[in-house]
Amino acid sequence: MEASTVLEMRGITKRFPGVVANDHVDLDLRKGEVHALLGENGAGKSTLMNILYGLYRPDEGEILLNGKKVVFSSAKNAIDRGIGMVHQHFMLIPVMTVAENIVLEIEPTKAGVLLDYGKAVERVREISTQYGLAVDPTAKVESISVGQQQRVEILKALYRNAEVLILDEPTAVLTPQEAGELFAIIKSLQEGGTSIIFISHKLNEVLEIADRITVLRRGKTIDTVPREGATEDGLAKLMVGREVLLRVDKKPADAGDVLLEVSDLHVKDERGLPAVRDVSFVVRAGEIVGIAGVEGNGQSELIEAITGLRHPDSGEVTVAGQVVQHPSARRMLDAGVGHIPEDRQRRGLVLEFSIAENIALHDYNAAPASRFGWLFPRRLIERARTLIREFDIRGGGPTTPGGSLSGGNQQKVVAAREIARDPKVLVAAQPTRGLDVGAIEYLHRRLIEERDEGRAILLISLELDEVLSLSDRILVMYEGEVVGEHEPGVTEEEIGLEMLGARRKETVA
Amino acid sequence: MSGPLAPQHGSEPEEIKQAPPSTVASRLEMRQRAGGIIVPVLTALLAFLIGGLLVLATGHNPIQAYWDIIKGAGLNWLAHPTNTDVANTAAYNFSQTLLQTTPLILTGLAVAFAFRCGMFNIGGNGQYLVGLYVANWIGISFVNLAKPTHILLAVAGAALAGAIWAGIAGFLKATTGAHEVITTIMLNWIAYWIGNYIFQQGGPLQGAANKPLDIPISGDVAQSAKLPVFWGDADLQGLHIGFFVAIGALFVFWLILNRTTLGYEVRAVGYNPDAAAYGGIKVRTNYIRAMAISGAFAGLAGGLDMLGYLYHFGTTDVQAASIGFLGIAVALLGRNTALGVGLAAFLFGGLLYGTTHGLQSGTIDPSLAGHLTEMIQGLVVLFVGADVLILAVWNSRRKLKRKQPTPTRATEPEAASS
Repeated sequence: MEASTVLEMRGITKRFPGVVANDHVDLDLRKGEVHALLGENGAGKSTLMNILYGLYRPDEGEILLNGKKVVFSSAKNAIDRGIGMVHQHFMLIPVMTVAENIVLEIEPTKAGVLLDYGKAVERVREISTQYGLAVDPTAKVESISVGQQQRVEILKALYRNAEVLILDEPTAVLTPQEAGELFAIIKSLQEGGTSIIFISHKLNEVLEIADRITVLRRGKTIDTVPREGATEDGLAKLMVGREVLLRVDKKPADAGDVLLEVSDLHVKDERGLPAVRDVSFVVRAGEIVGIAGVEGNGQSELIEAITGLRHPDSGEVTVAGQVVQHPSARRMLDAGVGHIPEDRQRRGLVLEFSIAENIALHDYNAAPASRFGWLFPRRLIERARTLIREFDIRGGGPTTPGGSLSGGNQQKVVAAREIARDPKVLVAAQPTRGLDVGAIEYLHRRLIEERDEGRAILLISLELDEVLSLSDRILVMYEGEVVGEHEPGVTEEEIGLEMLGARRKETVA
Repeated sequence: MSGPLAPQHGSEPEEIKQAPPSTVASRLEMRQRAGGIIVPVLTALLAFLIGGLLVLATGHNPIQAYWDIIKGAGLNWLAHPTNTDVANTAAYNFSQTLLQTTPLILTGLAVAFAFRCGMFNIGGNGQYLVGLYVANWIGISFVNLAKPTHILLAVAGAALAGAIWAGIAGFLKATTGAHEVITTIMLNWIAYWIGNYIFQQGGPLQGAANKPLDIPISGDVAQSAKLPVFWGDADLQGLHIGFFVAIGALFVFWLILNRTTLGYEVRAVGYNPDAAAYGGIKVRTNYIRAMAISGAFAGLAGGLDMLGYLYHFGTTDVQAASIGFLGIAVALLGRNTALGVGLAAFLFGGLLYGTTHGLQSGTIDPSLAGHLTEMIQGLVVLFVGADVLILAVWNSRRKLKRKQPTPTRATEPEAASS
């Protein structure tokens, strides 16, 4: 059944000084369709959607809504015409309730001015049952999970009668389970006739959810393809413009001495609850040990304990045969532990610092960066220049602030800093989170090269694919414990069960 | 595998790299970079404009008022007036402006330094006061010392007192998490009441000659502790060498922040304490140390004022002191940079002296004259806080420009999609 076209964007061009963000981009959306907009960071996806949402005005081109030409001068304008957008970073007010957030600005009122809260709750309940999006209208937004907050955002758009819903990288903030729930919601919205534009750079989820896929590259529409017949490799090629190695190519590990040994580690989280319980394992030189697990099962606390950022309750971390006494970040660094942290913007980089200053973050206080407390900015810049070349960091020179780089290049700065210190042990936490295909490929390759250099690499990732394809041994964490250890040949299903705690329950029962 | 390291990362065009700044601090930083020098200048101009409207509202001529302030601040001295009388008056006024500028530079630096470490030091006034007390005490005692030794001891004592005073707030933040805004305000009051106690009738620092007369004022510091005056007459509040110390402090401030590992740590902690901790920097130590350095600047201001021209201090002076608070406005307007603080301190110094001495009763209501400085000062703080507004105005102007066919400036084109 060929559905009618709801929305058409024709020849959209948007120029910014020095760059064409959208170059005659075409996009059409059918009624009840999930249309994925696929492209690397900077391909022009967000610009295109911001144009559709009335935040930017195109320099050329036109937008047709139900066959009629429209011009949006503001987001309100677009919302009034039935376009809703869920931004990657939610636009909710944490201290207000779900219902208050949803009805914001178009509240049902009493006596013209007072918020009719009862009615607001009732309306929210209505639409939430209508679309099968379960939320508690009276809960405060700050007290609900990220997945639920996203539902609130979707409800907010639906409450405003959105016929076209734009979801900007909706799974980036979700756990695998929540992503599954989101996909179910998308399907039911689709059945109800809502048309959805799904922005992503993740190939597998695009193939799972989309009816058609439009690929953007460098501001241009490369192609629009139906899901049938599309493959990950094919899409990746369209996105990047060349063949991409999605499967990581590596030879079997040649493991040597034990470089990292964690024994009987117990760690508590912020709230003082046990997060890591009695964890012991070793990582040898020349091997990658991957830790799989659903977010929040103690991985973060484990990494922090190993890198000296959190005091363990008990247990020891041994680096290259030496027990690190009274571990601190400095002691761990000195012992030879490198760390690519899971959140590069919160921890990995000082965004306001230049690339050169960021690269010096661990050794600004040692020669050659400084002497007797005296800093030598020239030397920092010199070294940064070398590393920028070696790690192919693009988008700026040594004095460019870290915050103005793209995610992939930011991560390269972090990787460059950690690897250049020549660590014995490299802890890589979520090294490719939020990166595009090209950057992921680079980092994966680099990790394997560092393994072959004889480093001991501990990889922690929420992406099961990543753990499976890179690791020489795989540990599974569930509720703070290591519940399984596997060889690379293990199936996703087997590990998936352990990640959900199935194996452990069996043994208890 | 052993392929070449250079990746064929053929992705985004070079320019579309601007990631959206995520934290409040970094957004502020971006905005400051975008606004550059223009925003503070606009801020000051806007404050003056509204101040002028207020003058106008009272039925006086704002242009005349500002001209009087300029003359009152002695700025006409810079134009080399030919008339000897005018030149002498102008020279004196200008020296007085610089005299006011001296402590403002230092209290401004105090606030700015803490700011750069991510803290808001509201306690500049208290730190200024304790510096003053200690300088007074050392200046009165140890009269047998040689002049340079006596001065050095008194100045160092004042800076140390300020450092300890602010260091208490830093220590409390590092150990208990007590917010520095609260603790420094409390320390201000403690310093205030200490001053009221030590100078009061029978207080430990009340001048011996003042005791029988029931005057709550300290004695004068000894000649050996007084700073040399290099411009004007020491008896007529000439300009003392502390001015050069303040100018030197601007340079030291810049040097510490940009050329030492200590400054690197301070900035890292100020921008992103999590990343700093990850880098191996001791965040708590830095809170204490940065506060102490911040306080040393303010204490130094108090010491130089005491040894440079005040020589004595009384309970009413304690109650009226506000140089430390003005430092906040100076730092805000000066964007927490050395050069900015220097310029902003000069602006406020000129205003402070120009309004109190320049405004004629015919030009402006005398009761309004003294308040004009405070109003402009308040307006500056208000507008600095509201620089979003000023930038919005500025950006809309740029947007208009952008509509022309050949745009020149780079901005963030794409709120990147990662």
